[in-house]
Amino acid sequence: MHEFLAQLINGISLGSIYALIALGYTMVYGIIGLINFAHGDVYTLGSFFSLAILGLLGATGELHGPALVIDAGLALFGAALLCGIAGVLIERLAYRRLRNAPRLAPLITAIGVSFILENAMQVWKGPSPVPFPAILPNPAVTVAGVAISLQQFVVVGLAIATMLALQLFVHGTRVGRAMRATAQDRDAAQLMGIDINKTIAITFLIGSALAGVAGFVSGVYYQSTWFFNGFGAGLKAFTAAVLGGIGNLAGAMLGGFLIGIVESFATWLLGGQWSNVAVFAILILALVFRPSGLLGETLPEKV
Amino acid sequence: MIYIYFLAAIAVVVVAERVPSVGAKRALYAALGAALLLAPLVDRNDSDYNVLADAGVFVLLALGLNIVVGFAGLLDLGYAAFFAIGAYTYGMLASPQFGIHLPFWVLLFVAAALAALFGIILGAPTLRLHGDYLAIVTLGFGEIVPQIFQNLTAYTGGPNGISALDFPSFFGHSFGQRALPYYYVTLALIALGLALARNLRESRLGRAWMAIREDELAARHMGINTTLVKLSAFALGASFSGLGGVVFAAKLSLVSPDLFQFQVSVLIVSMLVLGGMGNIPGVVVGSLVLTLVNSVVLPQANALASAVGLHVDFSSYHFFIYGAILVGIMLFKPEGLLPSVQRREELRHATAPQDVRA
Repeated sequence: MHEFLAQLINGISLGSIYALIALGYTMVYGIIGLINFAHGDVYTLGSFFSLAILGLLGATGELHGPALVIDAGLALFGAALLCGIAGVLIERLAYRRLRNAPRLAPLITAIGVSFILENAMQVWKGPSPVPFPAILPNPAVTVAGVAISLQQFVVVGLAIATMLALQLFVHGTRVGRAMRATAQDRDAAQLMGIDINKTIAITFLIGSALAGVAGFVSGVYYQSTWFFNGFGAGLKAFTAAVLGGIGNLAGAMLGGFLIGIVESFATWLLGGQWSNVAVFAILILALVFRPSGLLGETLPEKV
Repeated sequence: MIYIYFLAAIAVVVVAERVPSVGAKRALYAALGAALLLAPLVDRNDSDYNVLADAGVFVLLALGLNIVVGFAGLLDLGYAAFFAIGAYTYGMLASPQFGIHLPFWVLLFVAAALAALFGIILGAPTLRLHGDYLAIVTLGFGEIVPQIFQNLTAYTGGPNGISALDFPSFFGHSFGQRALPYYYVTLALIALGLALARNLRESRLGRAWMAIREDELAARHMGINTTLVKLSAFALGASFSGLGGVVFAAKLSLVSPDLFQFQVSVLIVSMLVLGGMGNIPGVVVGSLVLTLVNSVVLPQANALASAVGLHVDFSSYHFFIYGAILVGIMLFKPEGLLPSVQRREELRHATAPQDVRA
């Protein structure tokens, strides 16, 4: 039972990272119908950016008091901002021209962008995993006999706070309404006076910034990062988005937590080498049997 | 010296596809074929044939993937899985692993059949999907297969794989360590693959593939059995990869799971995209160009850089090259460098959003 709870908490922490990444997939898919394959690499970019910012601030070990708030805050917001900019640039340079192209062309381009980003990061920090400073003090709290670390609280708390902010933004602001309108019907939205290019750029900005947050969080949580992390994490987050119902924000969060929990239980019960097989099997099963996802609605095929 | 082979082959294909006369075209291809067959009389450097045999395996893979992606329009991002299945077939049935030593020539057929079978197994559940969802499912499959080979340590040797595979032999003459026999095997398989791909394209089945590529719904309403047609594309495409896997494993005398990662699938997709999806000569040129870059140009650039004291490892730029090809071609020349006339027209005038699936 202890082990069960411990794995559950593990899975939720892991899942909150996937959920943050999945939001970016689902937003972009919702608005332009593109599987942004490079999104996972933007997430890795986020951990690299926060690493670089912490390096500039001279934060190499555990931080306390004001230094913790300032340095961690700068790394978090810096990574989110830089990733957001990267996302906007990627959309502008690689995807915008292909908005009306045959459907597979943008996907192939996105795979290309992913490879370019991976190569850039490999050149930047080398081919091996890079250590990430353990900036958080790490006292564990014992709840019902299960130790929960401060890192896990921070990871889950940050993720939930970000998701709430996103919900408020998308459902409570003018820009959010423009995003929803564009996702529903791009031409009609344009006729209503919405600047489509700006709205899509903002979607990429927010989605990529969330990936940047996830990158920072994963660095703090794992205390290591690697140029190739984004491939696996991105695929799992995409699985989460599909499982929850692609285009649906709440679904992406739900899917993220579920995938995190599945991965952590598969690692516990079957061994780490089977966890990827389990997650990808879910991806295939979800796409084949319920492509609309858990919370998505079934749409008639557009002809 | 090795450059001559690649550049000559590429030049002949490009020129032959441009000449208007059918006779001249046939003559050019016949000359290329004869030159490739007779080359070992002049060039006795076995390392050249090593590179060329590898290139041949990739040409074969590209021809197979072209059936799935180029003809039928089903983007398969897990093609390396079938390559792995072919290679492991040889690895497990012609090595000390289980003490089974079946002949190479038999295993070519076995692997092609097994890969085709797995093509159907993968294809069957994905029939309802199309476009990008199909691509992602095949990617998932492509990730699972090498992982399973890695995990089943008792059968597959785990992460280390299986080594000391049998040398194939031809009427009692062992291939030994030389690359030359593999060069001839890949030439023969490419000739077979080219003939097969060409005839399939012109056949009723081939036209059905192109019909579902252009518009699946319309194709179904014209009476095409889309289930059968899609499955046959997966099966036939995969069988090429099974053949390639056997030759690859036998030549390397080794199989291990890390040889069949996602990058291999993307490399082959890049070959197609570069040359022109759906056009056989284009695909051959695309795969020749990329193998030339990968196994000749980059290592030589490294040697050159270190000779002038420059510390750049060009071979760590593979990802960048594949990525730049995919992005650049899709943005600026989506029909590829050597497209068929028909395809170029289609892609240039495909303006209707959403409903045209390449």
